Amino acid sequence: MFWTNAKRISRTGFMNFWRNGTVSLASVLIMIVTLLVIGFILFSSAVLNTSLAQLKDKVDITVTFIPSANESDIFNIQHSLQGLPEVAAVTYTSSADALTAFEARHQDDQSILTALNELSDNPLGAELDIKAVDPSQYQDIANFLQGTNVLSSTGVTIIDHVNYYQNQDAINKLTTIIHAANKLGFGIALAFILLSIIIAFNTLRLTIYMSREEISVMRLVGASTAYIQGPFVVVGIIYGLVASLTTLVIFLPITYWIGKVTTDFFIGLNLFTYYLHNFPEVFLILVGSGVVIGAFSSFLAVRRYLRV
Amino acid sequence: MIFFDRVSKVYPDSSVALENVTLSIEPKEFVSIVGQSGAGKTTLLKLLLAEETPTDGQVFYESTDVHALNKSEINDYRRKIGMVFQDFRLISDKTVYENIAFTMEAAGRSDEEIEQDVPHVLDLVDLSSKAWSFPRELSGGEKQRVAIARALVNQPDIIVADEPTGNLDPVNTFDIVQILKKINDFGTTVILTTHNKGIIDSLGKRVIVMEQGKIIRDDKKGKYFI
Repeated sequence: MFWTNAKRISRTGFMNFWRNGTVSLASVLIMIVTLLVIGFILFSSAVLNTSLAQLKDKVDITVTFIPSANESDIFNIQHSLQGLPEVAAVTYTSSADALTAFEARHQDDQSILTALNELSDNPLGAELDIKAVDPSQYQDIANFLQGTNVLSSTGVTIIDHVNYYQNQDAINKLTTIIHAANKLGFGIALAFILLSIIIAFNTLRLTIYMSREEISVMRLVGASTAYIQGPFVVVGIIYGLVASLTTLVIFLPITYWIGKVTTDFFIGLNLFTYYLHNFPEVFLILVGSGVVIGAFSSFLAVRRYLRV
Repeated sequence: MIFFDRVSKVYPDSSVALENVTLSIEPKEFVSIVGQSGAGKTTLLKLLLAEETPTDGQVFYESTDVHALNKSEINDYRRKIGMVFQDFRLISDKTVYENIAFTMEAAGRSDEEIEQDVPHVLDLVDLSSKAWSFPRELSGGEKQRVAIARALVNQPDIIVADEPTGNLDPVNTFDIVQILKKINDFGTTVILTTHNKGIIDSLGKRVIVMEQGKIIRDDKKGKYFI
C-alpha cells in the first residue's frame, strides 16, 4: 500500500503542478528570485574570500639581517620561526640573492648601479620573509623577533631591522578590515537569505490558501494527513527543482559577463571559471535550498488547514 | 445506529447552536431535518462528522462515541459517511473521474477496484459522458450529481446531504431527490437538511423540525412545518 500511495501522491503532485500552470509559474519565478539571491551571496562570498585571502597573502614581514651575519645563525632563527604555530611560511633570501634582486629592480637606474659598484662589499644583508597564518598574528611574531631567542651564537643581535614596525599601522588596519568584512558579509548574507526564504514561503502559503476549502473536503471524505499533504509537498519540491535548475542556467551568462569585470577588479578571480570549477557544490546548494524551501513551506502551509 | 445523547453546542461567542438535543436514527431511515437558518441543522451534521466537538453530551455511531476517536479512527469513521454539500465542494483541479476516485484512493482501495467502481457510480448518476470534464465545465445539477457519486462510491452506511438542492433549479432538485430516494431504497441511511417544502411533502418520510437549537417536532411521516 505504501508504494501505491507514494505513486498516487507523486502523480497527483505532478498533475497539480501542470494543471495550475499560472500559479506554478508565479511560484517558480519567486523561488528563482530567492535562489538568485542565495547564488549571488555565494558568489559574493567567494569574491570576498578570494580578495581577502590575496590581500592577506600580500601582507608579510621581512627581517633584514646585518651583512656580516653568519648564515648558520640565520638558519637557526628561520628554524625557530618555523616552529611557531602563528607562522605559515618563512622564505630565506641570501645577501647575494638580495643584491641580484636589487640590481634587477634598478637596472634602468644607472646612478644607483654605479654607486653600488663603488662599494667593495655587498651592502645588503640576508632576509627572511615571514607569512603568518592570520594577519593579526604579526604582532606576536614581531615580539618573538625582539626576544633573546634570535641572538647569534655569540650573544649579539644580528637583525638589522624588521619592517613590521614601519608597516604596523597598515597591517593593523588591514586586519581590522578583514575581520569586519567577514562579519558584515556573513550578517548581510544571512539577512538576505532569510528575507528571500520568507518571501518564497509566503508565496507558497498563498497558493495553498487558495486550496483550503478543498483540503477540508479531502479531510471530510476521510483522507489521511499524509495523503492530503503529500501532493502539496511534491508540488513544492517540483517548484524547487524547476527554479533551481533554471537559476543554474541563468547564472551561466551572468557569471560569464561579470567574470571579465571580477577578473580586473578582484585580483584575478574570474567568476565564470569559479562557477564552472565549483559547479557540483553550487548545484547541491541551490537544488538543495530550492527543494528544502519548497517542501518545507508546503508542509507547514497545508498543516494549517488540516485542523478539520 | 446514530444516537445524540443530550447534546449541546455553545460557541466561544456564547451563541447556543444546540441545546440538549436527544435524537436517534435507525439504519435505512430517510430523515429530513428542517428549520430556519441558524436553527442548528448544520451544527448537528458537523457534530455527527466529528468536525465539531459538543460542549455537552455525546454522539454515538453504533456503540462508538465519535468524539472519543483518535485522528486515524476519525478518518476510518468518516469513510462510512458520504457527504453532499449545498456548494458541491468538488476539487476544482481534478476531473469528475478523479474527484470520485480520490475518495476511493483515500480509503486505500486498489486501482482495479477504482477502475471498476467509478464508471459504475457515474452511470448511476447518469454522468458517464462527463467523466473527463472539470467541475468548472459542469452545470450546478451535474456538479451535485458528481458530489453524490463521490459520496456513494465507498458504499457508505450513511449519506448526509446538507441542503443539497439549495443552489439548484426545480428540475435538478427533483433529479437529486430521486437519486437520494434510490440510494435509500438500496438500504443506505439518508439524512437530508433542506428548506424546500415541496421536497419534504413529496417524500412522506420522517421529518425533524428544529428551532433555536432544539428539536420541536419529530414525525415519522411528516410534512414541512415551521
